[in-house]
Amino acid sequence: MRRIMVGVKRVVDYNVRIRVKPDNTGVITEGVKMSINPFDEIALEQALRIKEQGLADEVLAVSIGPADTQQQLRTALAMGADRAILVQTDAAMAPLSVAKVFQKIAEAEQPFLTLLGKQAIDEDNGQTAQMLAALLDRPQATSCSKVDIADGKATVTREVDSGLETLEVDLPAVLSVDLRLNEPRYVKLPDIMKAKKKPLDIKSVADYGVAEGAAFKTVKVDPPPSRQKGIIVKDVAELVGVLKQKGLV
Amino acid sequence: MSKILIVAEHDGGKLNASTAKSVTCAAKIAGATIDVAVLAADAAVIAAEAAALAGVSKVLVVESPANKEPLAAVLAPQIAKLAAGYTHVFGPSTTFGKDVMPRVAALLGVSQVSDIMAVDGSHTFKRPIYAGNAILTVEAPAGAPVVATVRVASFAAAAAGGSAAIEKVDPGAALPSHTRFVSRSGASTGRPDLQSAAKVVSGGRALGSAENFKLIYSLADKLGAAVGASRAAVDAGYVPNDLQVGQTGKIIAPQVYFAIGISGAIQHMTGIKDARTIVAINKDGEAPIFESADIGLVGDLFKIVPELEKALG
Ligand SMILES: Cc1cc2nc3c(=O)[nH]c(=O)nc-3n(C[C@@H](O)[C@H](O)[C@H](O)COP(=O)(O)OP(=O)(O)OC[C@H]3O[C@@H](n4cnc5c(N)ncnc54)[C@H](O)[C@@H]3O)c2cc1C
Ligand SMILES: Cc1cc2nc3c(=O)[nH]c(=O)nc-3n(C[C@H](O)[C@H](O)[C@H](O)COP(=O)(O)OP(=O)(O)OC[C@H]3O[C@@H](n4cnc5c(N)ncnc54)[C@H](O)[C@@H]3O)c2cc1C
Repeated sequence: MRRIMVGVKRVVDYNVRIRVKPDNTGVITEGVKMSINPFDEIALEQALRIKEQGLADEVLAVSIGPADTQQQLRTALAMGADRAILVQTDAAMAPLSVAKVFQKIAEAEQPFLTLLGKQAIDEDNGQTAQMLAALLDRPQATSCSKVDIADGKATVTREVDSGLETLEVDLPAVLSVDLRLNEPRYVKLPDIMKAKKKPLDIKSVADYGVAEGAAFKTVKVDPPPSRQKGIIVKDVAELVGVLKQKGLV
Repeated sequence: MSKILIVAEHDGGKLNASTAKSVTCAAKIAGATIDVAVLAADAAVIAAEAAALAGVSKVLVVESPANKEPLAAVLAPQIAKLAAGYTHVFGPSTTFGKDVMPRVAALLGVSQVSDIMAVDGSHTFKRPIYAGNAILTVEAPAGAPVVATVRVASFAAAAAGGSAAIEKVDPGAALPSHTRFVSRSGASTGRPDLQSAAKVVSGGRALGSAENFKLIYSLADKLGAAVGASRAAVDAGYVPNDLQVGQTGKIIAPQVYFAIGISGAIQHMTGIKDARTIVAINKDGEAPIFESADIGLVGDLFKIVPELEKALG
């Protein structure tokens, strides 16, 4: 079975305006819209396209998170994933522990390709894919904007600070995807119905011999410093005047 | 006592400014000893530049043809070996550091502290989460190595004037052959580098075409500024990807940032939170960009930008 594993993280929707809790222990997530991490939708879309090209037989969606994460996994199944595993936990998980859970699943499921997001838009850590690749002692390519699979290899284009970089990696490999890789498909109603019958296994973190809990102690969470209110100028002449006065031009 | 190893970023010939900024971050830890590791095929010039940074004690040089290109899978095992005896290993939070440092962290058996924006103590750091909409203060455990990336926009470059010892070392790590460099297409434009420029002029979706984006380039050249863009402008193909500013593009801290025909989505604003002065030009007076702009001008960019260029003489 030629399998692709995809990470599906449940995160606060990217349109939600984030507010810090008054007691500075975190951000408000109660009653807030939750979605699949946008990068993970792109990872899943890529997996589906590879399967549609006849280069894979199965797409496995994996998430680590609370019971409600079933919603996001059902969406992933409706998009076209064949089956899903929810590693259910209410605990905070250290990025390394998340990577270790993926490692155990990879060892059992033997995917030839693992696609994760380049970052989760909540914690913005951007480390899970690289850690997983290290733990599996496999190639990695981060921030991929193009992926071609052929002859047991992947040729990938990465978005880097200086432009674009192309690498060739032997499979199995772990890739993290960037926004311009593709545009995820919309889920159609009949697919949502069909997805209800697809297998969704629920496991615990302990099933994989990994410890729950965060890597670091959260000391506090603050709102970002706010900027001072600015001014509106009426025309270009006034703009240039203000810029000159501030010594900016 | 903190003993910090900084992984140098370079382009094969010269040291990247992100290294000097990482040194400044490390120097915020009281009483720290700071060493820099240069992994390269031809390290002489890079090592000399690193040795000249104020505050650096020693430069460790690993010279090998295998280190010609910055492949994370090849660099990480060497860095993990070099890390022995260090309490902290820092790299810049650029695409280079973001790629290699988590792999180093996993090899050392720890999670990474991503994007340090402030140092509160040897193991306590501030970092942005939720696209910079919240600032998290974390404390890493004292008994384990701290592997971290440094948000370069938050720190000034360390000054020159140092004279660190340069030492060639062989970490003796087994290197994989499963990852091969093919090519790099870089935009060497002759303009200032977006990540370190004092002035940046950015254009958004409103420009409408690559052709129209010339307005932005022209104004930038007049100001001696770097050029940036919103994701919408990059996605539409007006400019290459390396110009994207924002949560998933570059995080920058120029003296002045011109946002032209950019609405001010939170993902874009994340990239310019540390800009000293934000100038917004937008035809919609209600655009969210005006909430964060220091100077706003409401109007049509196709009229304003040429006028502005002219007014600047
Ligand atoms: C309620 C809550 C409290 C937390 N408290 C703390 C805390 O106190 N201290 C602390 O250090 N951390 C804490 N965390 C953060 C921690 O759990 C991170 O979410 C985790 O370490 C992964 O980091 P990231 O999501 O930024 O991953 P990234 O490395 O940015 O994610 C990259 C990609 O990895 C995959 N991925 C990552 N996580 C998952 C997942 N769970 N399921 C499926 N795919 C995934 C996805 O494909 C994702 O796109 C908390 C999280 C939550 C939800
Ligand atoms: C996960 C995720 C990550 C993202 N990361 C980034 C990122 O890193 N960087 C980023 O920029 N975006 C990012 N985005 C996208 C972001 O949400 C916005 O879609 C994007 O920034 C919009 O670009 P824009 O402002 O150019 O376009 P628009 O929002 O379409 O704004 C165009 C603006 O131009 C104005 N305008 C139109 N015509 C004229 C004229 N003639 N003269 C003057 N003004 C005019 C309009 O009033 C409008 O305000 C991300 C989104 C997601 C979901």
